[in-house]
Parts: sequence; structure tokens; C-alpha cells
Amino acid sequence: MTLLIDRRVINGSKIDGKLADDMTKAGLDRIRSCIQCGTCTGSCPAGRRTAYRTRQLIRKALLGLREEVLSDPNLWLCSTCGTCTERCPRKIDVTEAILYLRNLSCQAGYMRPEHQGVSHKLIETGHAVPIDDPKWSKMREELGLDPLPPTVHSYPKAVKEIQHIIKQTGFDKLVNYKESKKDGKT
Amino acid sequence: MVKHRYSFFLGCVIPNRLPQIEAATRLIAPKLDIELVEMKGASCCPAPGVIKSFDKDTWLSITARNLAIAEENGLDILVLCNGCYGTLIAGVHDLKDPVTLKRINKILKGTGHQFQGKITAKHLVEVLYNDIGKEAIEETVVNPIDARFAIHIGCHLLKPSDIRPWGVVEDFTLVDELVEALGGTIVDYKLKDMCCGAGGGLRSAELEVSLDMVREKLEAMKQAKIDAMVNVCNFCHLQFDLGQMQANKHFGTDYQIPVLYYTQLLGLAQGFTPKQMGLDKHYISVAPFLEKIGMSV
Repeated sequence: MTLLIDRRVINGSKIDGKLADDMTKAGLDRIRSCIQCGTCTGSCPAGRRTAYRTRQLIRKALLGLREEVLSDPNLWLCSTCGTCTERCPRKIDVTEAILYLRNLSCQAGYMRPEHQGVSHKLIETGHAVPIDDPKWSKMREELGLDPLPPTVHSYPKAVKEIQHIIKQTGFDKLVNYKESKKDGKT
Repeated sequence: MVKHRYSFFLGCVIPNRLPQIEAATRLIAPKLDIELVEMKGASCCPAPGVIKSFDKDTWLSITARNLAIAEENGLDILVLCNGCYGTLIAGVHDLKDPVTLKRINKILKGTGHQFQGKITAKHLVEVLYNDIGKEAIEETVVNPIDARFAIHIGCHLLKPSDIRPWGVVEDFTLVDELVEALGGTIVDYKLKDMCCGAGGGLRSAELEVSLDMVREKLEAMKQAKIDAMVNVCNFCHLQFDLGQMQANKHFGTDYQIPVLYYTQLLGLAQGFTPKQMGLDKHYISVAPFLEKIGMSV
């Protein structure tokens, strides 16, 4: 008979206690009150069909297994539905915690190419989903709308404003956006 | 006489992928004394599941710029997308903190915009139910829609509930009531409150998981024997319509559930044609539903 629980010794050198401190500073202090009840995992529609386990991720974050948490592809299976946050008996904002860990994951260099692509579109056009094919403008016209909406698409100056913000926050560097692509049409 | 004026926030998916929802909303609004004032130069909200996942400060700064544009109009925002709503309402909430507001406005310096916290964002459902009212909507109905509907509410309309105006997070009936006001019958189905699977960056980077979630909902809707499903979020709409086609291909299923955004259904009830509501532009044919109510595309 085998034990269903894997026995695992956490090596001290892997532990980075600063991770929980960082989360506390980011306003997620209630995470320290987690009792590992598993309501989050039990409520999770993504966890029902994948190996993503919210409780496990939170536990690892509290233990300070920084590298293991930030490099875990399961971190990107949350659809941000917010059910865990609503049901947590300790009132932990679990979804915000996941988003915070994703921010750190991106800073550590773990970013999906698809997500970089969406970010590049935002930088180039101001829309994460822009009109990047004339068929969408044609469809607008068939519906009696202007070919371009009155958004950043109609105001080149507004795109510059978005790019100004992105330079201020360093988002272009975070998502590995190359300056030379800036003039490229999407 | 126009009694209700809003800054009209379009976001990305509506104007650039599902303009039929924009067209339908622009047509139904005047019948309800709603004036939609353009938010010139507005951008991506930006998306809460992706951009907020990558860098919160970038997300909040671009949100603040959008909020500032509405504030310059002097009008609260009317928003049609649950995701955009989630971003804008969280932005309003986060920017109530004076330290955060100061920090974000510093980032906005140089864009010509500053947010002062004087406006908020309202979802279509809030505007229709609270500001206009079911009775006023009923009065505009010339063509009652007698059909069976499954409602998909979508996550970010309701959650996180502490910064939403509803007071409930389960058994939310407002969308049901708005459909009933048009003559529809609401059919309950398994997993009504479940997520469509589009958010959180899943549709862009984890399509298989994303489609598996919508497949589960589509199966539950099919078993409930409905004529169409009605949603109040264009990203959920995209997932149920385009995603339904993708799921059929991926899983070898053959779901054929017509998908309507609420303002498209409202427009039909107000006497607009299916073509004016852009129902010929859907991925999954709406024809069986239209036939049921005595119309054609």
C-alpha cells in the first residue's frame, strides 16, 4: 500500500521568505491567515479540468518557494472568474494574489509568447485587439458604422499617449517590445 | 427628450471584432431616451485578465486615462463588456486611495489627462435595470419574443462583489428579468453561474482549456432545450459564438446554439430587423431561433 501523499522535504536553500512579505506589502496581507481548507480549489472551474490547484499555489507562495511558483505554467490557467475570492472563509483575495504572482512571474521572465503578442498590439495601436485586417472595417460599414471606431484608431495622438504611459512604467521592456517594430503596421 | 446621458466605452472586441453589438446598442439607445456620448481616443480598458496579469501599474494607468476621458465629458461611463466593466470599476475603486491616485496621475503627466475621481462606470445591466427600468423597456416592445432562453451572466459583472452594486453574487436575476420584459421564457440549466472560460488570458494562450470550459456550458444549455442563449458581455459572446465553432472542431461536437447579446434581442423586440442587429454576422447560425419567432435573417 502506498501513501497518497508524497512526502517532500523542503530544502532550506529554496525558501525565499520575502515572497510572503512582498505579497503582504502589496495589500495581500490576509494571505497569511490561509488555513488550507481548499475551498478555492474546490470552487475553481479551471482546476476541475487541469492540474491547476489554487490551494497548492498559495501554500507554496507562503512557504517561499518563489522560483517554483513563478515558473509554474499552472499559474496561467486561472480564468480570473473570482469564485475562490468570493468563497474564501478567511476573506483572502485569492484572485488578486494570483494576478500579483503573475506580475512577478513576468518580471522573472516567464511570459507566454501569445501574451507578449497581445501586449505588443496594445503598445502599437492602443487596442489589445485592434482592427488588423480591412475585413473588420468593411463589416463595420455594412452595419452602418464608421469604418474606424472613435477610439485610439481614429486619433493617432491618443496612441502616442498610450505609448507615453508604457515608457513611464517600463511595460515595453517587460514584454520584450523592440523599438524597431514601432512603425510596423498591424 | 434625452434623459439619460453616458460616456460610451467601446473597448476592443466590440468595435474591432463584434461591431454588430455596437450597431445594435446605438440603435436601441434612442428608444430608451439614452444618449451615447463618444469617448474620443479611448483605448483598450486594458483587459483585466491579460494586461493586469502582466503589470498592474500599466493596467491602472491606462485605465485612469480612459476614466479621465469620461470625466472630461462630465458623464459616467456606460460599458457593454464585463471585462472592461471589471477593469473600469476596479480602477475607480483603486484610485479612491489618494496616494495611488497621485502616483498614477504622475504617470499620466504628459498625456494631457488627469483623473480626479468624479465619475464611475456602469454596466449596461445597471443602466437598463436601475436607470431606465423594466417598465420603460417593456413600453418599447412592439414585437414580443416568445422563445426559451438560457442566460449567461459572466463573472466580472458580479465579482469581486465588494466593489459591485448588486448585493448578491449568486442567484442574480436581473438579466433574466430584462429578457422576460421582452416576452422571453428563462430556462434554468446546470452551471448557470460558471465562467465561459475566455478570461484570464486563457483564450489567447490556453485555448484548449478555454474551449473545454465553454463546451461544458454548451452541453448543459443543450440539455435544457433552449432556442438561444443571451449574454451581457461581448467577450463571453465571442467565446460562445466563435468558441462554439472552435469547440465543435476541436472536440468533434455539433452544438448549434444561437448566441445573442442582450441589445440585439432588445432590438428585435423593438421592431428592428435581424440584419440591423447584425444577426447575419454570427459564426453559429441564428436562423433556427429566428424561424422559431417567425423571422428570417
